[in-house]
Amino acid sequence: MTPQTPAFTTVYTKIEQITKATCSLRAQGISNEEMALIDGRPAQVVKMQGDLVTLQVFSGTQGIGTDVDVVFLGEPPMLKVGPDLSGRFLNAYGRPIDGGPELEGKKVEIGGPSVNPVRRQQPSELISTGIAGIDLNNTLVTGQKIPFFADPDQPFNQVMANVALRAGADRIILGGMGLSNDDYLYYRRIFEDAGVLEKITCFINTNDDPPVERLLVPDMSLAAAEYFACEKKEKVLVLLTDMTLFCDALSIVSNRMDQIPSKDSMPGALYSDLAKIYEKAVQFKEGSITIIAVTTLSGGDITHAIPDNTGYITEGQLFLRRNTDIAKVIVDPFRSLSRLKQLVIGKRTREDHPQVMNAGVRLYADAAYAKTKQENGFDLSDYDERTLRFGLEYGRELLAIDVNVDIEAMLDTAWKLFSKHFKKEELGIKEELIKKYWQENGTDSVQ
Amino acid sequence: MSTKGRIIGVVSNLVTIEVDGPVSQNEICYIILDKVRLKAEVIKIQASRVFAQVFESTRGLKTGTDVEFTERLLEVTLGPGLLSKKYDGLQSDLEAMSGVFLQRGEQTEAFSFEAKWEFNPLMEKGVRVQAGDWLGEVKENWISHKIMVPFSLPGVWEVVSVCAKGKYTVNEIIAVLKNAQGQRQEVTMVQYWPVKIPIRAYAHKPVAFKLLQTGVRLIDTINPIVEGGTGFIPGPFGCGKTVLQHIIAANAQVDMVIICACGERANEVVEIFKEYPELDDPFTGRKLMERTIIICNTSNMPVAAREASVYTAMTIAEYYRQMGLKILLLADSTSRWAQALREMSNRMEELPGPDAFPMDLPAVVANFYSRAGLVELSNEQTGSITFIGTVSPAGGNMKEPVTESTKKVARCFYALSQKRADGKRYPSIDTIESYSKYLEYKEVQEYLEENMEPHWVEKVVYIKDVLLRGKEAYDQINILGDDSVPVSYHERYWKSELVDFCFLQQDAFDDIDKATPIDRQKYMIDIIYRICKTDFKFEAFSEVVLYFKRLIHLLRQMNYSQFQQEEFKKYEDELQSVVTERKVS
Repeated sequence: MTPQTPAFTTVYTKIEQITKATCSLRAQGISNEEMALIDGRPAQVVKMQGDLVTLQVFSGTQGIGTDVDVVFLGEPPMLKVGPDLSGRFLNAYGRPIDGGPELEGKKVEIGGPSVNPVRRQQPSELISTGIAGIDLNNTLVTGQKIPFFADPDQPFNQVMANVALRAGADRIILGGMGLSNDDYLYYRRIFEDAGVLEKITCFINTNDDPPVERLLVPDMSLAAAEYFACEKKEKVLVLLTDMTLFCDALSIVSNRMDQIPSKDSMPGALYSDLAKIYEKAVQFKEGSITIIAVTTLSGGDITHAIPDNTGYITEGQLFLRRNTDIAKVIVDPFRSLSRLKQLVIGKRTREDHPQVMNAGVRLYADAAYAKTKQENGFDLSDYDERTLRFGLEYGRELLAIDVNVDIEAMLDTAWKLFSKHFKKEELGIKEELIKKYWQENGTDSVQ
Repeated sequence: MSTKGRIIGVVSNLVTIEVDGPVSQNEICYIILDKVRLKAEVIKIQASRVFAQVFESTRGLKTGTDVEFTERLLEVTLGPGLLSKKYDGLQSDLEAMSGVFLQRGEQTEAFSFEAKWEFNPLMEKGVRVQAGDWLGEVKENWISHKIMVPFSLPGVWEVVSVCAKGKYTVNEIIAVLKNAQGQRQEVTMVQYWPVKIPIRAYAHKPVAFKLLQTGVRLIDTINPIVEGGTGFIPGPFGCGKTVLQHIIAANAQVDMVIICACGERANEVVEIFKEYPELDDPFTGRKLMERTIIICNTSNMPVAAREASVYTAMTIAEYYRQMGLKILLLADSTSRWAQALREMSNRMEELPGPDAFPMDLPAVVANFYSRAGLVELSNEQTGSITFIGTVSPAGGNMKEPVTESTKKVARCFYALSQKRADGKRYPSIDTIESYSKYLEYKEVQEYLEENMEPHWVEKVVYIKDVLLRGKEAYDQINILGDDSVPVSYHERYWKSELVDFCFLQQDAFDDIDKATPIDRQKYMIDIIYRICKTDFKFEAFSEVVLYFKRLIHLLRQMNYSQFQQEEFKKYEDELQSVVTERKVS
């Protein structure tokens, strides 16, 4: 389970300080961010002051004695990349947990340099998921980074697995952080059932593993992704779940390093730490890395530092919410956003897509307003009544996560609902589009 | 002999160095790590121990590593060739870098030292000059790029010689000056300037007064910004800060735009890279890239260089301003810069201010905004830097330190509202919260009355009142119910909705609607103003909604049509006849 000790290295045996997560000792010629083994446990250099070196011990320091063996490995955390990664389940250090052999391949450091912005391509390939709440209102594009914002009781792992399987990626890399054993087995089974094991690689930290270990998971996953996207020119999809647990681990470490916490007890560098991960999403000339993550919320609060910083970094967010009127989970059209959709909608999809999308959401907002009025006991106007009826059908036929149709069909459904409940001038859509797509037969139910 | 040192401590990108000689605060030093040289800046000195922030990743750094000091502050290189370039935060040309990934320690020249420029002298032998005076010019794209007396030269100098018209490289001597003490100074086309010190080679800084057209109706008409003005756009994520800034960058009527992508998403910069060489400048018909410089330190690039990037951008803006040009400087987002300051202050174990930001944050922000402005040069020409920064308030809370510090110094406040964004009402600037102090300036009012129309300001204020009254009516309707309020409340509310839907909202992704020239804005606001002033006859509140939806529909179709063309006029005629239907004569 742990990296091997190289031969001919100095062994230190005198630790001077031990805290819950760190050990400090005097050593010479040590590099910043170098890995070490303390009594066989992986650790990383986080601070050097003169010859006093402080190491973060990933699995915690319980039971470490001041006289245990400390061996420095002379390199930052590495992953062996190669075709060997296919179909493997690995731990946070990139070592097999599937009973298979050790990885073979080229060693690369994880968390490596960023792509030069001028060498990036503009993302332009649509990812179609069949879910209208995503494809119609929040279209995804390769090279994008986007999280699901969801309360812990929402079925985000299921939705994410669906998206992954339908997205047509050449490669799926799952970075699981603090996954429950059940969720780990769920993903495993779903990938097996779909017969895609050959194109997946998983880095798994379950909630039985030490929390600090999960700090390595995103970098490991993305190092593997860079290999497939850059060298193999593949369309890679990286799934990271759950980033909130990753951030919790960050705050544990920063707290034990005596850093001054900023908002919500999170470290001041949270934004930069998250950006380093999410910005690995990239579109190359050939090959791309798309990141879909999960950020669990507490009671839907998106002002908490974790979703807040995430939202500023990612290119939108997909917000899952239970809609009790239709008894289904929907992709909330108000709080969800895909920033890159403008690059494809109306260009790679039908010309009416942008305006239909906006009109639909606006009318759904009117429905939400009418519902508030209704709940407060006010009389409803004819328009209110119509928006309410529209709202229910729009929710059921388009927003629900169990919808699975192509984009053309979603647009047609939207026009069907518009024509059924509204008049042309209530849509606020360009007239030439109305002329072309309005479905006359629907109008009889108006008034 | 310059000072040398060795590294004795490393925490993230903060290093401690033991030095053997004098160093100064903010001096640049290089850490010699194997074959690469890592740039760092001194930020604290304690006897022979110096703390420096490293502009690159410190992975692999060892104690004992050698450090060389340069006796210089963080500087930018100024000269012809800056235009259309894409730089990182330390002014390395990103295009000139090798490889797909950014290699640590790789630095490239800001511009070519080999290219020859057609030089045209503007001064003669014997003329007395001072810092910033124009000795000659070269054509850079279409800009007449002035070669100036170096800003660092104090006092008055006499021109000993100037090169004749001809082609020269930037390093060739194009003029020789001497001062009263007989000191001689050779001048080339290149000069260096420390980024944290403002360039002050101008006569004075008058009040800014001239409207700066951005094409955004909500700004130009409702809350105008002026040439040399300052503004900021705070807003939670997803409210359209960046889209709004991009619209302004593409459509503003200025000579040059400098965009500083500071700690934001790389894909947003890629969008500019890909689109600007294709898009036209609406005023000159040239490609947008020809008037743009991009400084980009995206969120995954080294944090310390993020702070440097905004200063690099400002200094380049000041350099071009000295040539008598109108510059628009955009920074997205200044909060990321403040966070970079916070990370460093935290590592230095300084006592924190509010939200763990450094105590001097308000002063740092104020200092930076004050570098914008309109200036009059010594030759009576004017130049200006208009600065618009975005702020990303944590949790959308407008009371957080960065927003508060900025509010004290920026004259225009464009608050983006989550509620408007949720309702897809873009641009999501909240008109009730937002303001432009310039509307209250006598100089600005006079300019508007003269150049727009008499009583323009009154008209704008009236429109703002319509919005405010509409909101009040809406609150009443919500509390009391649709039929418990007089029908006039509904009319008032729907008039404000009409202003919102037909004037405030603008479709950033429609070719026509995305930018509105000022005369079209004037035309449309006039129509809307007259509708708002009209009394309509309604029997029941339900009629109000339907009627106004028709008006809104027609006005929106006008916004989507070519100005004053057949289609536009068709909708306008239709609008007038709908207005007459219910007009109380």
